[in-house]
Amino acid sequence: MSVASVAKAQPALSIEHVAVHFGGLIAISDMTFTVNEGEVVSLIGPNGAGKTTAFNIVTGFLRPTKGTVHYRGAPLTDLKPHEVASRGLVRTFQRTSVFQSVNVFENVMIGLHRRGRSRLWDTLLALPREKASERELRTRASEILAMVGIEHRARDLAGSLAYGDQRLLGVAMALAADPSMLLLDEPVSGMNATETARFMELLARLRGLGMTILLVEHDMPMVMGVSDRIVVLNYGRIIAEGPPAAIQGNPEVIRAYLGEGVKKRARGS
Amino acid sequence: MKRYLPWIALIAAASIPLWLHDPYILNAFITTGIFIIAAMSLNLLLGYTGQLNLGQVAFFGIGAYTSALVSLGFDVELIGGIRVVHEPWPVWTGLLIGIVVSAFCGYIVGKLSFRVRGAYFVIVTISFAEVVRLVALNWVELTQGPLALTSIPPVTLGLPGLGYYDFFSKQSYFYLVLGVLAISYIIISRLVNSRTGRAMVALKENESLAVSVGIDVTSYLVLAAVVSAGIAGAAGGLYAHYLKIIDPDVFLFLYTVTMVIMVVTGGKGTLAGPVVGGLIFGFIPVFSRSFVGPELQWIIYGVFMIVIVFVLPEGIVPAIEKWFASKDKSRMPESTQAQVQDAS
Repeated sequence: MSVASVAKAQPALSIEHVAVHFGGLIAISDMTFTVNEGEVVSLIGPNGAGKTTAFNIVTGFLRPTKGTVHYRGAPLTDLKPHEVASRGLVRTFQRTSVFQSVNVFENVMIGLHRRGRSRLWDTLLALPREKASERELRTRASEILAMVGIEHRARDLAGSLAYGDQRLLGVAMALAADPSMLLLDEPVSGMNATETARFMELLARLRGLGMTILLVEHDMPMVMGVSDRIVVLNYGRIIAEGPPAAIQGNPEVIRAYLGEGVKKRARGS
Repeated sequence: MKRYLPWIALIAAASIPLWLHDPYILNAFITTGIFIIAAMSLNLLLGYTGQLNLGQVAFFGIGAYTSALVSLGFDVELIGGIRVVHEPWPVWTGLLIGIVVSAFCGYIVGKLSFRVRGAYFVIVTISFAEVVRLVALNWVELTQGPLALTSIPPVTLGLPGLGYYDFFSKQSYFYLVLGVLAISYIIISRLVNSRTGRAMVALKENESLAVSVGIDVTSYLVLAAVVSAGIAGAAGGLYAHYLKIIDPDVFLFLYTVTMVIMVVTGGKGTLAGPVVGGLIFGFIPVFSRSFVGPELQWIIYGVFMIVIVFVLPEGIVPAIEKWFASKDKSRMPESTQAQVQDAS
């Protein structure tokens, strides 16, 4: 969230000619797109189109067969996942992903790992720096929990949270890792309408703070509501790219993914 | 209350030699204490990073042999006719070098097995322990092999000109073991209650999530392996200078199993777990010996273990903590209780 205010339309993340092959299977054939600083971009497409694979490539969980990924001008392709996170790109996972057996507050404390300043000696000798750093982290953890709106569950085990709250906790942890760009993998899947609405408010607030966001989501009303731009994937290649209005009217996208009823459904919910 | 519990336990333990004069029981306390230290080292890996090291005894044995050899001296010929002669050094240097060498071996094992988790990590560690045992058994020139290293000197502390203190009596050795145990406990408790400990728990719980928030899990796994091996090495050194004789049997798999039993029954991933489990399983043979035959002793041991694992699968300490937590909740005034229920 400590994002320097950079003029818009400056590319933050650029993916160039990325291809991913698993043996004979082509998960992504040739993908090129960019996400500008402060922009909210959604990646949509049918299941199996390569959206999560794209996330895994960007965040270092997978190596591309071909192509490069740059963030703020620096290549990411050879970095390990934790190194990508320390460049400021932090992801959430499609399935609920929290540390089940520790409480919500501790989960965020784990997420704050990168912001800790204490070294091993500080810890072993209980030096003042250890205490100061821990105090800072605890304050920060409370702030983040309040921001996503689950501070009242701080002392509960993460595994005991309702599904929607676990997703929020996932985002809280990602925020704790001090990202300049968030990659959210189906953040509202399984949430009810109220929870989704709350989540969209949170996204709006993050965007207000200048966060760059790449979103994978199937919830079309939400995607159309929050995105500046949409990239549509099908069978591992990009079939369309543009602002929500253009995507909604694009015949190829409608045929491949949205279906004819999308506008009706979007209005309905 | 909970904060002071370790200190109360420490003071209670320190008072033992003052009122207990039975050398047999005191001996049991010393050996149990040494195994509790080893179990604590195992718990750091198993309970906090989730990696089961079934070769933990290797570090225990390396600490024992290193410390014994540094204080006894040796004279070996290496490949190529290079002769290495080592004159005996003071025992405390042996103990320290034993810790360092163990920790270094922990680093090697941690680095070698950094890619493997779960069952594969278990296999790598068992193999490592077996290799070290075979070296101790077959490098007769250095270790005397099955003939054992004998006449290992007792621990002495002191500086030239200021006089020496030797831990020859059982009472003094008890305090030495208690001191090392307390220091190990403090090291482990500081580690696990810090940013480092959170990173270890994150690795245990969900590795992909841990790396996604920027935790370099491999380096924390290696760190845990190094600290764990160092503490196990300290326990091994204490063992060697207490028994004054060690043979390759210190690398027996049985010792690792004993540590695992202590950790699992006491409660893995808790600081007090290995201490509680260690006291119980260190003393079952001692107490049962006074009224049953040796065959029955081990049956009793086994029955205790099975009962604890069945009744309290998470271990004794977590069960007690849970019980206290539920008591706290029922003692709360009704209005707060309603709020707690609302929230959940």
